[in-house]
Amino acid sequence: MAERFLMKGNEALAEAAIQAGCRHFFGYPITPQTELAAYMSKKMPKIGGTYLQAESEIAAANMVLGASAAGVRAMTSSSSPGISLKTEAISYMAGSDVPALIINVQRGGPGLGGIQPSQADYWQATRALGHGDFHILVFAPATVQEMVNLVSTAFDLGDKYRMPAMILADGMLGQMMEPVELPEATETQAAPKTWAVDGHEFKRERNVVNSLYLTPNDLESRVKARFERYENIKQTEQRAEEYLTDDADIVVVAYGASARVAHSAVDLARAQGIKAGMVRPITLWPFPTNIVQKVAKTAKQFLCVEMSMGQMIDDVKLSINCSKPVNFYGRTGGIIPTPAEICEEIKILEGAK
Amino acid sequence: MAIVFDRPKSLLDVTLSYCPGCTHGIVHRLVAEVMDELDIQGKTVGVAPVGCAVMAYDFFACDMIQAPHGRAPAVATGIKRAKPDNIVFTYQGDGDLAAIGTAETIHAATRGENITIIFINNAIYGMTGGQMAPTTLPNQVTQTTPYGRDVDSAGYPIRVCELLSTLDGVALAQRVSVDSVKNVNLAKKAIKKGFQNQIDKKGFSIIEVVSTCPTNWGLTPVEAVKWLQENMLPYYPLGVYKDGEKGDRLK
Repeated sequence: MAERFLMKGNEALAEAAIQAGCRHFFGYPITPQTELAAYMSKKMPKIGGTYLQAESEIAAANMVLGASAAGVRAMTSSSSPGISLKTEAISYMAGSDVPALIINVQRGGPGLGGIQPSQADYWQATRALGHGDFHILVFAPATVQEMVNLVSTAFDLGDKYRMPAMILADGMLGQMMEPVELPEATETQAAPKTWAVDGHEFKRERNVVNSLYLTPNDLESRVKARFERYENIKQTEQRAEEYLTDDADIVVVAYGASARVAHSAVDLARAQGIKAGMVRPITLWPFPTNIVQKVAKTAKQFLCVEMSMGQMIDDVKLSINCSKPVNFYGRTGGIIPTPAEICEEIKILEGAK
Repeated sequence: MAIVFDRPKSLLDVTLSYCPGCTHGIVHRLVAEVMDELDIQGKTVGVAPVGCAVMAYDFFACDMIQAPHGRAPAVATGIKRAKPDNIVFTYQGDGDLAAIGTAETIHAATRGENITIIFINNAIYGMTGGQMAPTTLPNQVTQTTPYGRDVDSAGYPIRVCELLSTLDGVALAQRVSVDSVKNVNLAKKAIKKGFQNQIDKKGFSIIEVVSTCPTNWGLTPVEAVKWLQENMLPYYPLGVYKDGEKGDRLK
């Protein structure tokens, strides 16, 4: 068995990125992701990597655009208000088919919001991370170990599909400590980045990384080609975990930190004789529509649990075309719901059926 | 018959998108000549801005990337940090570099980022049709200063080379123009030094080229050069504001 370490989520994300071959980190301080950048600043100089504290989140994300376009694995991390500033560069990355890893350790919003854990950036991550027609890959870990595992997945799939990938964590996962096994150091498995701008040396045609297409037909065909790729990703990359869904009447849908709490709530409900289960989306884009649809064949109703006013619930409803009731329970502003609160909601739904 | 004057190899054989009389074309040629003379086309990555030069990625024969508005120095930083053996330059206008990209410019400079910036100062936003730029002169009429730039409300122009020359990360800050044969030659020497500094790892180099915009100034190309000489050059004196290597303090 591989050695286990007790690591804070933020530091585990950083170490996992290094293990995945990332040697270029561009950041800007913000709570509650700060330990990630601090870890990078300590480690990168010792392994010949780059840690650069940029003048702003905007600049940091654009440095990632440049480094990724030059063909290396590059990343940035931030928390909600900082992610808003990175959206400009992320839109350009999407528009010029440049991969990169962006980590969002979410805090409460809108505005400066708070610094406690939150899941209120779901819409931003899955719908509107910048202007224009595009998607990014979004992964939602629920444990420190899963954060570690998904970092290399995010890099690999970002490279494979030439698109930005996000780890959507939150302040709770970033700040908590759990034992983790670190994967063996991997080099990129992706095909050589023949599109990168790193000097043609007269050995190939010159490369251009660009998102500007002034002829509408050109732009439309670029966007359509990208959406064909997205369609393929939707079919092949959906991930979710099911828990006690086989005979469940009430299926909780929750991701990340709230899924940890909901898991306990399902156990509490089962102990009281209620047939509860859970679907935990691991990919938020693509949303695990197929699994939710499958579960909807036997479930009587759904309960979406989020640390927001209800954002992922839209995707649950869309996945099943509202064929079953989809209820909501959420806390926001930095409050983590308790298992008892969620169990109480499950009991209310059980009683109302 | 022997060819004595030809297109530089680093400039593609395409029609440039610039207006007649605009000095972008001359500056493009100078940058391309320097790339040829230093034999660096194969390892150079150029960063195109947002503005009139946005399509520079279609004109230079090296690898090119198009950056978000004002972010070219940050994008260039990322490329250079990822691939330190590449030669990385940005080509930016005054709105891009001295308004929306001020932070990126100043911080790339103060980090002593080993890149070369070609800065076109024509005192106006060209691409969007002639609005006030950070370098628009006091009382200069533009689409958004129809009564002339009123410094009480719109503030004063930024002198970029003077500003950047105070930063220890800067190796070269030089202002040139291409309004005469003599100045074209001086501009080329400055651009060449800017690239040579990068090869020698001396730090951040910026060459500001005081330029014309006949279309948006509402002048003929000949009148525009005269306007530049009479109005721009007194406000933006040509010269070397810093020349050395990073770590040097301005004396």
